[in-house]
Amino acid sequence: MLEVQNLIKQYENKPLLKGVSFSVQKGELVCLLGSSGSGKSTILRIIAGLEEPESGVVLWQGRDLRDVPTHKRGFGLMFQDYALFPHKTVTQNIAFGLEMQGMRADEISRRVQAGLESIRMQSFADRPITELSGGEQQRVALARALAPSPNLLMLDEPLGALDHTLRTQLIQELRAILHQSQIPVVYVTHDREEAFGLADRLVILHDGIILQQGSPQELFEQPSTTWVAEFLGLGNLIQGVVTQTDPLTIKTEFTELKTNSQFTQFNEGQEVQVLLRPEDALIGAPMASEENHFACLVRDSLFMGEYFQLELLCSHTTLLARSPLPIETGSELTVSWHAEKIRVFTKE
Amino acid sequence: MTKRPALLTLALWLIPLAFLAYFFYQPLTAIFRVVFSERFSQGWALFEWSQVSRPLGFTILQAFLSTVLTLVVGLPAAWLFARFDFPGRKALRAISLLPFILPTVVVAAAFNTLIGPQGWINQALMALFNLSAPPLKLLTSLPAILLAHVFYNTSIIIRIVSSSWSRLNPRLEHAARLLGATPWQTFTKVTLPLLVPSLLSASLLVFLFDFTSFGVVLMLGGPQFSTIEVEIYNQAMNRFNLPVAGLLSVIQLGITLLVTLLQNRVNTPRYGKAALNPERSALSRPERRWQKVFVLFMAITLVLLFAVPVLSLISRSFVTLEADRGQRGEVAVGFTLRYYQELFLNRSGSIFYVPPIQAIRNSLLYSGVTILIAGILGTLTAYAMAQKARFNKFLEPLFMLPLGASAVTLGLGFLLIFNRPPWANSHFPLLIPIAHALIALPFVVRTILPAIRGIPESLREASRSLGANPLQVLLRVDLPILLRSLLVSLVFAFTISLGEFGASSFLSNPHTPTIPVAIYRYISQPGALNYGQALAMSTLLLLVCGLGSILIEKIRLPGEELF
Repeated sequence: MLEVQNLIKQYENKPLLKGVSFSVQKGELVCLLGSSGSGKSTILRIIAGLEEPESGVVLWQGRDLRDVPTHKRGFGLMFQDYALFPHKTVTQNIAFGLEMQGMRADEISRRVQAGLESIRMQSFADRPITELSGGEQQRVALARALAPSPNLLMLDEPLGALDHTLRTQLIQELRAILHQSQIPVVYVTHDREEAFGLADRLVILHDGIILQQGSPQELFEQPSTTWVAEFLGLGNLIQGVVTQTDPLTIKTEFTELKTNSQFTQFNEGQEVQVLLRPEDALIGAPMASEENHFACLVRDSLFMGEYFQLELLCSHTTLLARSPLPIETGSELTVSWHAEKIRVFTKE
Repeated sequence: MTKRPALLTLALWLIPLAFLAYFFYQPLTAIFRVVFSERFSQGWALFEWSQVSRPLGFTILQAFLSTVLTLVVGLPAAWLFARFDFPGRKALRAISLLPFILPTVVVAAAFNTLIGPQGWINQALMALFNLSAPPLKLLTSLPAILLAHVFYNTSIIIRIVSSSWSRLNPRLEHAARLLGATPWQTFTKVTLPLLVPSLLSASLLVFLFDFTSFGVVLMLGGPQFSTIEVEIYNQAMNRFNLPVAGLLSVIQLGITLLVTLLQNRVNTPRYGKAALNPERSALSRPERRWQKVFVLFMAITLVLLFAVPVLSLISRSFVTLEADRGQRGEVAVGFTLRYYQELFLNRSGSIFYVPPIQAIRNSLLYSGVTILIAGILGTLTAYAMAQKARFNKFLEPLFMLPLGASAVTLGLGFLLIFNRPPWANSHFPLLIPIAHALIALPFVVRTILPAIRGIPESLREASRSLGANPLQVLLRVDLPILLRSLLVSLVFAFTISLGEFGASSFLSNPHTPTIPVAIYRYISQPGALNYGQALAMSTLLLLVCGLGSILIEKIRLPGEELF
């Protein structure tokens, strides 16, 4: 439905977007994930028509939106700071978009009522905006953006200003409301937990280009670059050199790691980075069939609730690993990773 | 310092209050006395209601019209400076804000050089069509007054409205656009309602300045356009009808206080942080064509409005266009420095007994004394107000009341009380600087007070814990932090004193004119020389005030405003 093609945009004479393309399908929730300053919000502002790109087009159902002014696009945008009208009440805020459509008063009040119900804030109807808490404002902003039934909803770090507990709770609510509305959504965030919790599809933006897009599972399992792996916080990234290509074998500072032989794009002697996920670590004496095992010193053990996070010193390298059982700090142990769980990237 | 706050605060209040009681409330009482106790004496016998109602009606009418016109120019200008970034923005803003600090006589003289009988337009038309008299009679008219008021007060709208506009979160407007509002609907339903407090506050302030405008109306209006202020002056100085002058002063004071109270009410921020711009700057380059057209149009308008009168004044002070008084034959038209040279001479035909340079000397002396008085009293008062004493609530309004008295009212009060030995100006030259200090005092307090309140108590506590005694704390902690605000307020007091006309016109005598008084007298006299000398002095005053304005901009901290 929405197609963004090759957006290029400068900001203060530095390139901000260097050719960004992606699309959003009907009923799909696409998450734009990237660190701050990566140009995520600018993409939303371009889609909304608040800014113009130097080049590139925004298509809605195949139609170029270049000459369509913001107020005629029929898109909703929820701002990071909510941008609720401080001179209006909760009801008046939600009704604003409906009034702009020239809707009849009784229809407006019916839809505002429905909106208030969906965010469970009926009793707040006549409160001034300035008396609401952060979480309440967030819900009103969502209801205001949804009330005119926009063709597309964009959310710019909608949970950014809230504390952690409130966020986890609101992610669930948001997911329910967005899925119920069936409106295609572009959701911008820098928080990977939020992105993984909400997205049908993730688009990773870095340095003005899209590094990778795919379902959360695809990205989790097959990050395309070390940057993605690091940004998603997937685990230990270790320097190494290719010693053998079939099966691909990497020599690191503390051991030699064998991987599946599928990876053919590497040459012998090439410098690479290896991803070892803490949750894939196998702790304890190796089975006969297991490779990639080596001895480490337990430097620290942290209770995380469902598991213990171990900080291991393997030769001179520090690795993180998860253990279901407590292990004493200072003890030695053997740890191993399955060959098929190891990901290798060209060094950037 | 915090041990006995009440006692300390009282001590701080002592001198400022004594000063105010003697030099403000005593003259004020004298005005009331003249009005109400001599009710049935001679002054009232000759009194007709129309003597009050006519100037009052005209004052309100012209103030209202001026305010509306000022808004028409000021609102788009405020938008320009709040939202757009363009080459020359800073320079344009600087010249747009300059008029606020210009003395009324300079503004009047500047418009005189543009549209007056000896001004550029009339002289050019006379030369072009070989006319013997100025063809356009623009000067003594309502439009001339309105134009000068717009010139004067647009800077107030720009300062107040554009600063609150630039703090307004632009995303509120974006949100409205996304919800389907057209640009116009966005303006009327979101932007305008949010600007209402600052818009009302600025408009009321402009109304107040227009209402109490004296120099501009006196010099550009002519006898048929008498406002309350001008009428007070006329009744007191020309007709010696003190009761009517006093009654007009009482009315002036009442209306000013009413508007000030109203202004304070609307000025309180309503929405807290909710409407504030989270980003550092909401400025953007004009991108779309209508934006470029708007920026260009406003830039040209503002340059025409603000730069042309000023340039006209400066250039006209260097040019001979018409004959001197009594001079016959051909006039050598062209560049001249004569008007400036003549400032140092005392001609026999001069309307003063002293050379004009004496007026400059007087003004500088008066200004020096003014900043001394206003600086000391202002600092004491600001410190007193910064203390947390319960009675401050009652003392503060008492102190801000002088802001409500116009300079002319102040002059009238002084005339009633101090027009006898040992106070008469010839024996006691401090009267004018004392009046000037009263006028400057509220500005000084308003500039220093926020700075004092801004000093964290912990800094003082820390220095005390490191062994500093109270005096050392004051000198080593407070003073360095306050220095900028103090300097800003003193420079401002200096320019106020240099340009003050209303009170000075009551208090100065022929031996000791101030610059504005001298300009007024020169410009009212016929002949090229008198006119030229008035312009030369106006230009010098303009330069000094311009420098003061630049100085203030350089030393003030960002975000600090004068009112």
